[in-house]
Amino acid sequence: MSLVARHLEENGVPTVVLGSARDIVEECGVARFVFTDFPLGNPCGKPWDTEMQRSIVGTALNLLERAWMPRTTVQTPFRWGNDEWRDAFMRVDDSNREAFAREGEERRRRQAEAKKGNRYRNGKS
Amino acid sequence: MDQRRPYRSFVSYIDRSREYYAAQGYSQPYTWAHHDDAPFTPLKKPLSECRVGLVTTAGKMDAEAEGQGRRKTRELYALAANPAPMRMFTADLFWDKGATHTDDVDSFLPLNRLAEYAAGSRIESVSPRFYGVPTDYSQGRTSLRDAPKILEWCREDGVGAMLLSAL
Repeated sequence: MSLVARHLEENGVPTVVLGSARDIVEECGVARFVFTDFPLGNPCGKPWDTEMQRSIVGTALNLLERAWMPRTTVQTPFRWGNDEWRDAFMRVDDSNREAFAREGEERRRRQAEAKKGNRYRNGKS
Repeated sequence: MDQRRPYRSFVSYIDRSREYYAAQGYSQPYTWAHHDDAPFTPLKKPLSECRVGLVTTAGKMDAEAEGQGRRKTRELYALAANPAPMRMFTADLFWDKGATHTDDVDSFLPLNRLAEYAAGSRIESVSPRFYGVPTDYSQGRTSLRDAPKILEWCREDGVGAMLLSAL
Protein backbone atom coordinates (compact mmCIF):
# COMPACT_ATOMS: atom_id res chain seq x y z
CA MET A 1 0.00 0.00 0.00
CA SER A 2 2.81 2.42 0.90
CA LEU A 3 4.53 1.58 -2.39
CA VAL A 4 1.36 2.56 -4.27
CA ALA A 5 1.20 5.85 -2.34
CA ARG A 6 4.82 6.58 -3.25
CA HIS A 7 4.13 5.91 -6.95
CA LEU A 8 1.14 8.29 -6.92
CA GLU A 9 3.23 11.00 -5.21
CA GLU A 10 6.03 10.54 -7.75
CA ASN A 11 3.46 11.14 -10.47
CA GLY A 12 1.87 14.27 -9.04
CA VAL A 13 -1.02 12.89 -6.96
CA PRO A 14 -1.03 13.96 -3.29
CA THR A 15 -1.73 11.05 -0.94
CA VAL A 16 -2.35 10.21 2.68
CA VAL A 17 -2.02 6.69 4.12
CA LEU A 18 -4.29 5.62 7.01
CA GLY A 19 -3.00 2.68 9.01
CA SER A 20 -2.16 1.00 12.29
CA ALA A 21 1.16 -0.68 11.40
CA ARG A 22 3.35 2.29 12.14
CA ASP A 23 6.74 0.69 11.60
CA ILE A 24 5.86 -0.88 8.24
CA VAL A 25 4.57 2.40 6.77
CA GLU A 26 7.35 4.56 8.18
CA GLU A 27 10.11 2.18 7.09
CA CYS A 28 8.73 2.31 3.55
CA GLY A 29 8.50 6.11 3.71
CA VAL A 30 5.34 7.93 2.59
CA ALA A 31 4.39 11.57 2.18
CA ARG A 32 1.60 11.73 4.81
CA PHE A 33 0.49 9.13 7.35
CA VAL A 34 -2.43 9.10 9.80
CA PHE A 35 -1.57 6.56 12.49
CA THR A 36 -4.25 5.15 14.78
CA ASP A 37 -2.86 2.89 17.50
CA PHE A 38 -5.43 0.10 17.15
CA PRO A 39 -5.20 -3.63 16.45
CA LEU A 40 -4.85 -4.22 12.71
CA GLY A 41 -8.22 -4.18 10.93
CA ASN A 42 -9.87 -0.82 11.66
CA PRO A 43 -7.45 1.95 10.64
CA CYS A 44 -10.32 4.37 9.97
CA GLY A 45 -12.03 4.02 13.36
CA LYS A 46 -13.80 1.47 15.52
CA PRO A 47 -16.61 -0.52 13.89
CA TRP A 48 -19.95 1.35 14.04
CA ASP A 49 -18.38 4.43 15.65
CA THR A 50 -19.26 6.96 12.95
CA GLU A 51 -18.06 9.96 14.97
CA MET A 52 -14.61 8.45 15.39
CA GLN A 53 -14.48 7.46 11.72
CA ARG A 54 -15.46 11.00 10.70
CA SER A 55 -12.72 12.41 12.90
CA ILE A 56 -10.03 10.11 11.49
CA VAL A 57 -11.03 10.81 7.87
CA GLY A 58 -11.15 14.53 8.75
CA THR A 59 -7.60 14.28 10.12
CA ALA A 60 -6.49 12.72 6.83
CA LEU A 61 -8.10 15.57 4.85
CA ASN A 62 -6.47 18.18 7.11
CA LEU A 63 -3.12 16.50 6.64
CA LEU A 64 -3.50 16.62 2.84
CA GLU A 65 -3.78 20.39 3.11
CA ARG A 66 -1.31 21.14 5.86
CA ALA A 67 1.69 18.82 5.50
CA TRP A 68 4.58 20.74 3.97
CA MET A 69 7.14 17.93 3.78
CA PRO A 70 7.20 14.13 3.35
CA ARG A 71 7.16 11.60 6.21
CA THR A 72 4.64 13.68 8.12
CA THR A 73 2.97 11.32 10.61
CA VAL A 74 -0.02 12.38 12.69
CA GLN A 75 -1.25 10.10 15.48
CA THR A 76 -4.98 10.26 16.23
CA PRO A 77 -5.95 10.57 19.93
CA PHE A 78 -8.06 7.40 20.09
CA ARG A 79 -7.43 4.44 22.38
CA TRP A 80 -8.72 0.91 21.77
CA GLY A 81 -9.88 0.48 25.36
CA ASN A 82 -7.51 -2.23 26.54
CA ASP A 83 -3.95 -3.20 25.72
CA GLU A 84 -4.31 -6.99 25.68
CA TRP A 85 -4.17 -7.18 21.89
CA ARG A 86 -0.66 -5.70 21.87
CA ASP A 87 0.95 -8.82 23.36
CA ALA A 88 -1.56 -11.39 22.15
CA PHE A 89 -1.20 -10.83 18.39
CA MET A 90 1.23 -13.34 16.78
CA ARG A 91 2.67 -14.03 20.20
CA VAL A 92 5.35 -16.71 20.38
CA ASP A 93 6.12 -18.19 23.79
CA ASP A 94 6.85 -21.55 25.42
CA SER A 95 3.18 -22.52 25.32
CA ASN A 96 2.92 -22.45 21.51
CA ARG A 97 6.50 -22.74 20.22
CA GLU A 98 6.30 -26.47 19.43
CA ALA A 99 2.89 -26.15 17.83
CA PHE A 100 4.18 -23.36 15.55
CA ALA A 101 7.18 -25.46 14.55
CA ARG A 102 4.87 -28.36 13.60
CA GLU A 103 2.55 -26.03 11.72
CA GLY A 104 5.46 -24.63 9.71
CA GLU A 105 6.73 -28.11 8.84
CA GLU A 106 3.27 -29.21 7.76
CA ARG A 107 2.85 -26.14 5.54
CA ARG A 108 6.22 -26.66 3.85
CA ARG A 109 5.35 -30.31 3.25
CA ARG A 110 2.04 -29.33 1.60
CA GLN A 111 3.73 -26.66 -0.49
CA ALA A 112 6.43 -29.11 -1.65
CA GLU A 113 3.75 -31.62 -2.66
CA ALA A 114 1.77 -29.00 -4.54
CA LYS A 115 4.94 -27.95 -6.37
CA LYS A 116 5.68 -31.55 -7.30
CA GLY A 117 2.14 -31.93 -8.61
CA ASN A 118 2.51 -28.84 -10.78
CA ARG A 119 5.76 -30.12 -12.27
CA TYR A 120 4.12 -33.39 -13.32
CA ARG A 121 1.15 -31.55 -14.83
CA ASN A 122 3.52 -29.33 -16.81
CA GLY A 123 5.32 -32.40 -18.20
CA LYS A 124 8.55 -31.85 -16.28
CA SER A 125 10.26 -34.29 -14.02
CA MET B 1 3.53 12.47 31.86
CA ASP B 2 1.04 9.78 32.80
CA GLN B 3 3.46 6.85 33.08
CA ARG B 4 7.03 5.76 32.56
CA ARG B 5 7.72 2.72 30.39
CA PRO B 6 10.90 0.82 29.53
CA TYR B 7 9.51 -0.11 26.06
CA ARG B 8 7.83 1.56 23.10
CA SER B 9 4.04 1.41 23.16
CA PHE B 10 3.10 0.72 19.57
CA VAL B 11 3.48 -2.80 18.21
CA SER B 12 6.33 -3.41 15.77
CA TYR B 13 4.80 -5.68 13.17
CA ILE B 14 8.18 -6.09 11.50
CA ASP B 15 9.62 -7.59 14.71
CA ARG B 16 6.48 -9.53 15.54
CA SER B 17 6.09 -11.19 12.13
CA ARG B 18 9.81 -12.04 11.94
CA GLU B 19 9.62 -13.87 15.28
CA TYR B 20 6.35 -15.54 14.31
CA TYR B 21 7.67 -16.98 11.06
CA ALA B 22 11.01 -17.89 12.62
CA ALA B 23 9.07 -19.97 15.17
CA GLN B 24 7.48 -21.77 12.21
CA GLY B 25 10.94 -22.68 10.97
CA TYR B 26 11.38 -20.12 8.18
CA SER B 27 15.04 -19.21 8.26
CA GLN B 28 14.87 -16.28 5.84
CA PRO B 29 12.88 -13.38 7.28
CA TYR B 30 10.64 -11.33 5.00
CA THR B 31 12.43 -8.17 3.94
CA TRP B 32 10.22 -5.09 4.16
CA ALA B 33 10.45 -2.11 1.82
CA HIS B 34 12.73 0.61 3.13
CA HIS B 35 13.51 3.97 1.55
CA ASP B 36 15.73 6.75 2.79
CA ASP B 37 13.71 9.34 0.92
CA ALA B 38 9.99 9.85 0.32
CA PRO B 39 8.36 11.63 -2.65
CA PHE B 40 6.02 14.51 -1.90
CA THR B 41 3.41 16.35 -3.98
CA PRO B 42 1.71 19.35 -2.37
CA LEU B 43 -2.01 19.81 -2.88
CA LYS B 44 -2.45 21.91 -6.03
CA LYS B 45 -5.83 23.46 -5.24
CA PRO B 46 -8.15 23.74 -2.24
CA LEU B 47 -9.64 20.46 -1.08
CA SER B 48 -13.09 21.89 -1.68
CA GLU B 49 -12.22 21.81 -5.40
CA CYS B 50 -10.66 18.32 -5.31
CA ARG B 51 -12.13 14.97 -6.20
CA VAL B 52 -10.86 12.52 -3.58
CA GLY B 53 -10.33 8.79 -4.16
CA LEU B 54 -9.91 5.86 -1.81
CA VAL B 55 -7.64 2.79 -2.09
CA THR B 56 -8.10 -0.30 0.09
CA THR B 57 -6.17 -3.52 0.69
CA ALA B 58 -9.45 -5.42 1.18
CA GLY B 59 -10.75 -7.72 -1.55
CA LYS B 60 -14.08 -7.53 -3.32
CA MET B 61 -16.80 -9.91 -2.22
CA ASP B 62 -17.66 -12.50 -4.86
CA ALA B 63 -19.11 -15.99 -4.99
CA GLU B 64 -15.71 -17.68 -5.01
CA ALA B 65 -14.41 -15.71 -2.05
CA GLU B 66 -17.57 -16.26 -0.09
CA GLY B 67 -17.88 -19.97 -0.89
CA GLN B 68 -14.30 -21.02 -0.26
CA GLY B 69 -13.21 -18.44 2.27
CA ARG B 70 -10.28 -17.54 0.04
CA ARG B 71 -9.47 -16.23 -3.40
CA LYS B 72 -7.38 -17.99 -6.02
CA THR B 73 -5.88 -14.73 -7.18
CA ARG B 74 -5.49 -11.36 -5.59
CA GLU B 75 -6.46 -9.12 -8.46
CA LEU B 76 -6.62 -5.36 -8.61
CA TYR B 77 -10.06 -3.91 -9.10
CA ALA B 78 -12.01 -0.65 -9.34
CA LEU B 79 -15.63 -0.68 -8.17
CA ALA B 80 -18.47 1.84 -7.94
CA ALA B 81 -18.17 3.93 -4.77
CA ASN B 82 -21.87 4.79 -4.63
CA PRO B 83 -23.62 3.00 -3.09
CA ALA B 84 -20.76 1.96 -0.81
CA PRO B 85 -20.39 -1.84 -0.51
CA MET B 86 -21.97 -3.40 2.55
CA ARG B 87 -19.28 -6.06 2.84
CA MET B 88 -15.72 -6.63 1.70
CA PHE B 89 -13.60 -9.79 1.66
CA THR B 90 -10.89 -9.65 4.33
CA ALA B 91 -10.64 -13.23 5.59
CA ASP B 92 -7.38 -13.98 3.79
CA LEU B 93 -5.61 -10.80 4.87
CA PHE B 94 -3.26 -10.17 7.76
CA TRP B 95 -5.17 -8.39 10.55
CA ASP B 96 -6.00 -9.03 14.20
CA LYS B 97 -8.91 -11.47 13.97
CA GLY B 98 -8.74 -12.14 17.71
CA ALA B 99 -9.23 -8.53 18.78
CA THR B 100 -11.63 -7.05 16.25
CA HIS B 101 -13.76 -7.62 13.14
CA THR B 102 -14.32 -6.04 9.73
CA ASP B 103 -18.14 -6.17 9.65
CA ASP B 104 -18.38 -2.38 9.41
CA VAL B 105 -16.80 -1.54 6.06
CA ASP B 106 -16.39 2.14 7.02
CA SER B 107 -13.91 1.11 9.72
CA PHE B 108 -11.39 0.39 6.96
CA LEU B 109 -12.98 1.72 3.74
CA PRO B 110 -14.70 4.96 4.81
CA LEU B 111 -16.67 5.72 1.63
CA ASN B 112 -19.73 6.86 3.60
CA ARG B 113 -17.64 9.18 5.77
CA LEU B 114 -15.98 10.61 2.67
CA ALA B 115 -19.39 11.13 1.03
CA GLU B 116 -20.46 13.10 4.11
CA TYR B 117 -17.44 15.39 3.67
CA ALA B 118 -18.45 15.86 0.02
CA ALA B 119 -22.04 16.68 1.06
CA GLY B 120 -20.62 19.29 3.47
CA SER B 121 -18.39 20.74 0.67
CA ARG B 122 -15.18 19.95 2.57
CA ILE B 123 -14.12 18.16 -0.62
CA GLU B 124 -15.49 18.69 -4.13
CA SER B 125 -16.57 15.06 -4.63
CA VAL B 126 -15.76 11.41 -4.02
CA SER B 127 -14.30 9.55 -6.98
CA PRO B 128 -17.03 7.48 -8.69
CA ARG B 129 -14.88 4.38 -8.16
CA PHE B 130 -12.74 3.12 -5.31
CA TYR B 131 -9.68 0.99 -5.93
CA GLY B 132 -8.56 -2.34 -4.50
CA VAL B 133 -4.96 -3.47 -4.09
CA PRO B 134 -5.18 -6.70 -2.08
CA THR B 135 -1.91 -7.07 -0.17
CA ASP B 136 0.76 -8.76 -2.24
CA TYR B 137 4.02 -9.79 -0.64
CA SER B 138 5.80 -9.31 -3.94
CA GLN B 139 7.07 -5.73 -3.84
CA GLY B 140 8.01 -6.04 -7.54
CA ARG B 141 4.40 -6.78 -8.53
CA THR B 142 3.12 -3.95 -6.34
CA SER B 143 5.52 -1.40 -7.83
CA LEU B 144 5.58 -2.51 -11.45
CA ARG B 145 2.04 -3.78 -12.00
CA ASP B 146 -0.33 -2.50 -9.30
CA ALA B 147 0.83 1.06 -8.68
CA PRO B 148 0.84 2.12 -12.38
CA LYS B 149 -2.67 0.69 -12.81
CA ILE B 150 -3.99 2.62 -9.80
CA LEU B 151 -2.41 5.79 -11.24
CA GLU B 152 -4.12 5.10 -14.58
CA TRP B 153 -7.54 4.68 -12.90
CA CYS B 154 -6.88 7.76 -10.82
CA ARG B 155 -6.30 9.83 -13.98
CA GLU B 156 -9.34 8.35 -15.74
CA ASP B 157 -11.51 9.38 -12.78
CA GLY B 158 -9.97 12.85 -12.34
CA VAL B 159 -8.81 12.13 -8.78
CA GLY B 160 -6.93 15.10 -7.29
CA ALA B 161 -5.97 13.51 -3.97
CA MET B 162 -5.96 9.93 -2.71
CA LEU B 163 -6.57 8.33 0.67
CA LEU B 164 -5.02 4.85 1.04
CA SER B 165 -6.29 2.71 3.88
CA ALA B 166 -4.23 -0.34 4.86
CA LEU B 167 -6.00 -3.08 6.83
